[in-house]
Amino acid sequence: MHKLESEEFNYLMNQNRRTFLSKMSVGIGSLALGSLMCRSRPESALLSQGQGLQAFQQIAPKAKRIIYLFQSGAPSQLELFDYKPLLSKMRGQDLPESIRQGQRLTTMTSGQKKFPLVGSPFEFKQHGESGAYFSDLLPHIASISNEITVIKSMHTEAINHDPAVTFLQCGHQQPGRPAIGSWLSYGLGSENENLPAYCVFLSRGKGNIQPLASRLWGSAFLPSIHQGVQLRSGKDPVLYLENPEGYDGISRRNMLDKLSTLNHMQIKEMGDPEIATRISQYEMAYRMQTSVPEVLNLANEPTHILNLYGQDVLKPGTYAANCLMARRLSESGVRFVQLYHMGWDAHDNLPNTERNLTKDVDQPSAALIKDLKQRGLLDETLVIWGGEFGRTNYCQGDLTKDNYGRDHHPRCFTIWMAGGGIKKGYVYGETDEFGYNIVENPVHVHDFQATLLHIMGIDHEKMTFKYQGRRFRLTDVSGKVVEDILA
Amino acid sequence: MRIRMVCFVGCAILLAIACRSSQEEKNDAPIDYSFDVKPILSDRCYKCHGPDEAQRKSNLRLDTEAGALALVGEKLDHHIILKGLADSSELIMRIYSSDPDLMMPPPDSKLALTDQEKKILKQWIDQGAQWKPHWAFVKPVKVPLPKVKKSSWPKNEIDYFTLAKMEEKGFSPSGEAETHILARRMAFDVTGLPPSVSLVDALNQSKAEDPFAAYLDALFRLPAYGENQASFWLDLARYGDTHGYQDDLPRVMWPWRDWVIHAFNKNMPYDQFVTWQLAGDLLTNANKEQLLASAFNRNHKITQEGGVIDEEYRVEYVADRTNTFSKAFLGLTMECARCHDHKYDPISTEAYYSTFAFFNSVPETGFVQNQTTPKPWMPISKQDLSGVLNFVNARTIIKKDMDTIEQMVMKDDAEVNRKSFILKRGSYNSPGPRVTPLALQVVAPYDTLTLGNNRLGLAKWLFINDHPLTARVLVNRIWQQLFGRGIVSTSDDFGSQGALPVNPQLLDWLAVDMVQHQWDIQYMMKKIMSSATYRQSSNASASSEELDPENKYLSRGPRYRMNYEMIRDNVLAASGLLNREIGGPSVKPYQPPGIWEELTVGGDSFRGEAGYKVDKGEKQYRRSLYTYWRRTIPPPTMMTFDNPQREFCEVRRARTSTPLQALVMMNDPQVLEASRVLAYQAMNDRTEPKTRLKLVFNAVLSRDPTSGESAEVLHYYFSEKKKYTDNKTAALKLLSIGQYPHPQNLDPAEAAAWMMTCSLLFNLDESLTKY
Repeated sequence: MHKLESEEFNYLMNQNRRTFLSKMSVGIGSLALGSLMCRSRPESALLSQGQGLQAFQQIAPKAKRIIYLFQSGAPSQLELFDYKPLLSKMRGQDLPESIRQGQRLTTMTSGQKKFPLVGSPFEFKQHGESGAYFSDLLPHIASISNEITVIKSMHTEAINHDPAVTFLQCGHQQPGRPAIGSWLSYGLGSENENLPAYCVFLSRGKGNIQPLASRLWGSAFLPSIHQGVQLRSGKDPVLYLENPEGYDGISRRNMLDKLSTLNHMQIKEMGDPEIATRISQYEMAYRMQTSVPEVLNLANEPTHILNLYGQDVLKPGTYAANCLMARRLSESGVRFVQLYHMGWDAHDNLPNTERNLTKDVDQPSAALIKDLKQRGLLDETLVIWGGEFGRTNYCQGDLTKDNYGRDHHPRCFTIWMAGGGIKKGYVYGETDEFGYNIVENPVHVHDFQATLLHIMGIDHEKMTFKYQGRRFRLTDVSGKVVEDILA
Repeated sequence: MRIRMVCFVGCAILLAIACRSSQEEKNDAPIDYSFDVKPILSDRCYKCHGPDEAQRKSNLRLDTEAGALALVGEKLDHHIILKGLADSSELIMRIYSSDPDLMMPPPDSKLALTDQEKKILKQWIDQGAQWKPHWAFVKPVKVPLPKVKKSSWPKNEIDYFTLAKMEEKGFSPSGEAETHILARRMAFDVTGLPPSVSLVDALNQSKAEDPFAAYLDALFRLPAYGENQASFWLDLARYGDTHGYQDDLPRVMWPWRDWVIHAFNKNMPYDQFVTWQLAGDLLTNANKEQLLASAFNRNHKITQEGGVIDEEYRVEYVADRTNTFSKAFLGLTMECARCHDHKYDPISTEAYYSTFAFFNSVPETGFVQNQTTPKPWMPISKQDLSGVLNFVNARTIIKKDMDTIEQMVMKDDAEVNRKSFILKRGSYNSPGPRVTPLALQVVAPYDTLTLGNNRLGLAKWLFINDHPLTARVLVNRIWQQLFGRGIVSTSDDFGSQGALPVNPQLLDWLAVDMVQHQWDIQYMMKKIMSSATYRQSSNASASSEELDPENKYLSRGPRYRMNYEMIRDNVLAASGLLNREIGGPSVKPYQPPGIWEELTVGGDSFRGEAGYKVDKGEKQYRRSLYTYWRRTIPPPTMMTFDNPQREFCEVRRARTSTPLQALVMMNDPQVLEASRVLAYQAMNDRTEPKTRLKLVFNAVLSRDPTSGESAEVLHYYFSEKKKYTDNKTAALKLLSIGQYPHPQNLDPAEAAAWMMTCSLLFNLDESLTKY
């Protein structure tokens, strides 16, 4: 046999060569079972959720699951985390060329004659053992300062939303690569038989909204079983989950039993193992019909938990509700839960945007950490909070007494992380006193992604998928694990 | 799911053991460079010792014979490869070494060789280390038909090749599939729809020696043929109804899509079909149809995001055209060479940008704001519709003489006269040395004197005599369409990292035959569909399924999950709802509310239509290829069934089986409404449950139920009927799904019971499968 004759086959052989050794203890039994039960075709094995043989997990994992609280549109690091008193002192003065160094700007401000600096009107204080700064827009997140690592030195290559979000989620600015959650589903499989391995929630705040694309949770060239499943508020949280009106669960069960009988007649006739796969997929669909509404039902959450997440928590589709649902899904073994909160893109009217949006996210984000902690889940769950880039230290548009805007800024931005594998109460990286360039410990998007995979027990250079002759990986061709932030 | 993986391990190991023992028996079996050696060298060594000069380590290259025979060492006294003497070859010493400083590939490369692979390299050198150029770059020839034992089996030339391969591998062919199965298989392959009753009747009554010949002719005459072919071509051409980035506003490209359907239905020869699309605008006195065809090159995404740097995106579009050209027509993935010399194939960045240069003279901008039709474009008028563009279905839009549609097309502008440069690391703002238009010389020579230096020359180059790739790539795609798997399984990659053809002589025979028949696509499809290979039963014996799970050696007929277009169109056709209108603006069938609004800005971002407005009436039931394609939020059902996102050229779809697909088939109102309407048909036509059942079985599966199936399904029907007789409210709720009115004369309980019986049938594996 020519080993490389089929890339899928090759891929599976790679999987299996490794897993065979680790499965030796059950090897004989499995072999027997294998030849009896299913003569699987590679293409159906490919779609198996049971990549959960954890082929790629070769480092001791520090977390089992991820919850990523994505702040879409880019929050301003300068109003929230990165305290720069100089900007207030120099208010209205032009950004020195020695700082900008001719770096490229978006065409929204590259034509501006002046780049007047502007500082935060919000007060900053230090919190916790690390002495991390938080503005008074983030009292709740400040209160968990001792649980989190704040990274002030994130940087990216993209200067616009579409490429920047795509870069952060998929490792490449142009579409066509799988999202982080798809990679994890592919690499680690599902911990749960009744729920998708990768779930996505959307919410929006009162701010300038930038559209998203479903490819941000798409599996691209990975099998579609690894696609993120968007969970929606309302009666059909997963598309087509609910049976039609007039058709209850018992009816569905009867139908599936009959379907299975008829499909089994076909197996006898056709001898095609794909039919058996189809039957099992219908059974999982049936289990999802009960398990998804169950896990999303907040009715049994006690009042003190609901209060923790704040007043919006029972309003479907809010960030607060989504945070609590994220905890519930994660608790049930969903590998990757991704929230998108839209509205941070404050080219103008920035102070108000930051006020509105922090009101949405501050309390629920902190509540999620506290909630996970008191359940003993924080140690095995990695929580990430952040947007796709930062915002400029200079004003976009008119600078008035109490209003201004900020353009996109890729050179530095702030995110924070907490939970499994992450140092508690730690600040990493530093920017210059203008908040424009990084002066210490830069973290590139690929470094961030490499670190995230490392925490999940995956070497980012080893988890690859061969497509069109090339081995693709989340971190493309770069990325270094940021060891310093690991506990 | 764990069980499935584990048992696959079982099969894989059995296979591996089987292969190993056969290899060991034939220790001196000749090792073939192209098929045995090069895949190993390419995959494990080329990254550092291949075509990419910048990445090359120790100045050693193994992709050329001269490089691999070089002398190395301080005294230049070590042979990397010494022909005939593996033990004196440095390469063998290195791959068998366990010293981490010496061993190759180095431990940190994560590209370790297996024992079997090491042995192949060793044997190959001992046997004299014969080199051959890359198989796909050598012109194909027809070899004499191979000798076969079972000489009564072949129906045409194809079968000699497949049978010889089967006999070599120890398989024997399956018998011919039953008539009704073949009729269904052929109908889906040609038209994407189930066969009509009248065609099948004619087939059954035919006394001809091969009754399928006339049946196939009839299928190819149906306009549905062009629609089915188009649904594959739209993936390749990355067709969309929106611009594709960020706000993702609408564009008008569907007149081009109408042309594609028209061209397939005219059976336009492939060389003309491709030439018009690549360079219709450059033909002498190009007419509007040729101009319209050139819109192929404008199907790429275009950004409308405020703040982007214009040139960055303009370059992106030119690169997209270049990549599409390469993948679609050459079966090569050139895009690696956009940033650095290709690591596996002999494609330098210079070669990449020389192809890029052909597509770089369009008078266009990277950023377009609020434009449905960015420049360059052509108007389509009422006069055109009654003339040269009479296939464009614009009746609802162009009513008055003054009305026009603006359609993006190609129009190179001499005044633009953009010079092309190698872009260092692919970056728009790092130009390197200048390049001029030139096609890939390693594939076939490009003579600027005869071909010129524009896109028309590039198109002509694809069809010069002895071009090694164009015909191979085409026939392989046709084979993939009919068998679910190409002879080269990586239909998008004929390069060093791609799969090797399972049956190279067959591929080459077909490629040459294609050219000898003037690039006639219908001829080629009929040829393949007339072979005994195609007409085999797809029922798998336990042994053939186990020994050849992918059916590489074709000892049974094709059997695989249909694409979503076919699945949904079958549902519509079976119910009688299918609207067979051809072409026109894309339509919006049922989609759960809110999907667009959740992701978009809302309000004015979609021309006052951020929301998806479900179409009413006949538009609801158009074939699936007409479904509106918003690229950032494609139809969710289609994404669930593995359709590509249409962001760039794709020539092959994944085929998975997932729980979300089950949910679509069970609960999508489209399927439920069709179940309901099919139920009405059965109730109107017949009275006996048994005869009604026969009708719905034939509508959904094109066959009668077996007695076992009949008993099971009728049992289900009666239990459903009892349920709805007791619960009329539930019945009425079911009967209100979808826009189609419920006829008042029918008993709700009975209708609901038949409806859910039809829904059961639509969910059968068989309904989703071509077999």
